[in-house]
Amino acid sequence: MKDTPLSNCERDFLLKAIEEKKRLDGRQTYDYRKMKITFGTDYGCCFVDLGKTRVMAQVSGELVAPKENRPNEGIMFFNIELSPMASPAFEQGRQSELSVKLNRQLERCLRNSKCIDTESLCVVSGEKVWQIRVDVHMLNHDGNLMDAASIAAITALCHFKRPDVSIQGDEVTVYSPEEREPIPLSIYHMPISVSFSFFQQGTYLLVDPCEREERVMDGLLMIAMNKHREICSIQSSGGIMLLKEQVMRCSKIASVKVSEITELISKALENDKRARKAGGRCGFAESMPQERITALKTDETSVEMTDASERANDIVENAEVPPQTVPSPVVPAPGVGQVGREGDVVEISDSEEEEVVILHPETQDKSSKNAASSSNQKGAET
Amino acid sequence: MAGLELLSDQGYRLDGRKATELRKFQARMGVFAQADGSAYLEQGNTKALAVVYGPHEVRGARSRIRHDRAVINCQYSMATFSTAERKRRPHGDRKSTEMSLHLKQTFEAAVMTQLYPRSQIDIYVKILQSDGGNYSVCVNAATLAVIDAGIPMRDYVCACTVGFVDETPLADLCYAEEGGGVSSLALALLPRGGQIALLQMDARLHQDHLEALMEAAMTACKGVSKVLDQVVRQHLQEASVPSAE
Repeated sequence: MKDTPLSNCERDFLLKAIEEKKRLDGRQTYDYRKMKITFGTDYGCCFVDLGKTRVMAQVSGELVAPKENRPNEGIMFFNIELSPMASPAFEQGRQSELSVKLNRQLERCLRNSKCIDTESLCVVSGEKVWQIRVDVHMLNHDGNLMDAASIAAITALCHFKRPDVSIQGDEVTVYSPEEREPIPLSIYHMPISVSFSFFQQGTYLLVDPCEREERVMDGLLMIAMNKHREICSIQSSGGIMLLKEQVMRCSKIASVKVSEITELISKALENDKRARKAGGRCGFAESMPQERITALKTDETSVEMTDASERANDIVENAEVPPQTVPSPVVPAPGVGQVGREGDVVEISDSEEEEVVILHPETQDKSSKNAASSSNQKGAET
Repeated sequence: MAGLELLSDQGYRLDGRKATELRKFQARMGVFAQADGSAYLEQGNTKALAVVYGPHEVRGARSRIRHDRAVINCQYSMATFSTAERKRRPHGDRKSTEMSLHLKQTFEAAVMTQLYPRSQIDIYVKILQSDGGNYSVCVNAATLAVIDAGIPMRDYVCACTVGFVDETPLADLCYAEEGGGVSSLALALLPRGGQIALLQMDARLHQDHLEALMEAAMTACKGVSKVLDQVVRQHLQEASVPSAE
């Protein structure tokens, strides 16, 4: 089903607000929305909330035969699912342009940057290697799916633990998690993508666009970096023309943001490890708020209110006098409404025969008679 | 790849080029009589064929009609014999779809689509032999084809893939240089204004080197634009000379 198109006045409003450096939710131009990372019960399951955008990543592994041209390396497989659950614009099954774009960007961000040591995934060279599969599902689309997906994917990979294997001659034994402690993957670095949206042919720039802002943007620049200030991937999309200085500026902003986000991820992983060790319950059900009245309360956002009262006074003073106010209607009898002074009567009758609105005062008696008759009818029915 | 020296001590690459040298450029415009515009381009060993149809009425989905501009439809495919191992799925897989989207994005920025409302321009590119720098060769070939079709553009669209090895940017990578974890940056540029139509980079590169790499890419693209200009002028000269009696 197609998404409802954006109306012109909404588009103009958004663009004007961006020109005045104001965003819909009160953020600054380089601010991210509030990010929350939670984990599921199994190892390798991770939920990321970026404002209202919600994605889930699940990592799983199985033993397969390796590729012919790479016999001693494991296989990494990435998949992003855009289900209609996230947004009415997504269609079930069809591989839309956005789906291809996100999948390829995630692959390039995580696979080409070699963040995972694939050689350590080899069990028997040429016969058995681990195939690590990362599935990312979009649960709610409120803009900036790429960033949320990349954070979810790398956090899930850091959280995942694969079963232990041992080789005796030709025999390969895979131990279940109860028999032997599972082993985490060896991850070299954590690439995280930061999205910049451009407006008005590249004049204005916003970080972490929400869904409304994404609809009016001209184009998007995605920079994936890790905290060692190494750029893992850059991709520009949309029909915008960039200048070299803009790209350099974006990369500087990205390095700051990536270090903040990496900090957050490490903290979340630490908390989860501590919670599991203490034996506490963890998982998706725990991370959902309980049945309380304040369960769906949104967080406070700081809105700029410095000159709000002065501007409000100015607006009120300069406003035009409203048109002639009409006093509230009076109901003298059931079925008769009176608005205005005596003489300008608007009759509101609920009688079935009388559908005409009477405006002349001389017929007021007739209408009140009708009203009386209708009330008699009502009385007869009850 | 261990053992393969991408940049020797004397500054020579695997095929004997210097770091900033482009590969041998051979191009021909107007190769097909049926299409509105066509071009064949060889950059070193990478060979690409580009064909343009349009502007014509929008075919297929009526919903794609834009009331104020032309729609650009790109399709990128590789011939099954273009790579070392036979390609089982020439088009429809994710990489080809992504390339088609990138080409579409590049040309939507460069072609003056406002002159042809409610119409469609088709650009088809096929790689006949792949030896690295596929995207760049496609963009250059498609530029020539669009010019051959007579569709107005803001400027030549020139593309080049550059890599970073041993603190030196290498211009116009070949296949052996692209593999092996070398950071490669593909850039599509409109040379006169220095505007970047598409920027794509893979593999790890430290932030401090980004500026140098982009500078090298833009210089290489300007070099490509000179060659493209020469090709176009030569083609026009050949075409305008009246055929011998």
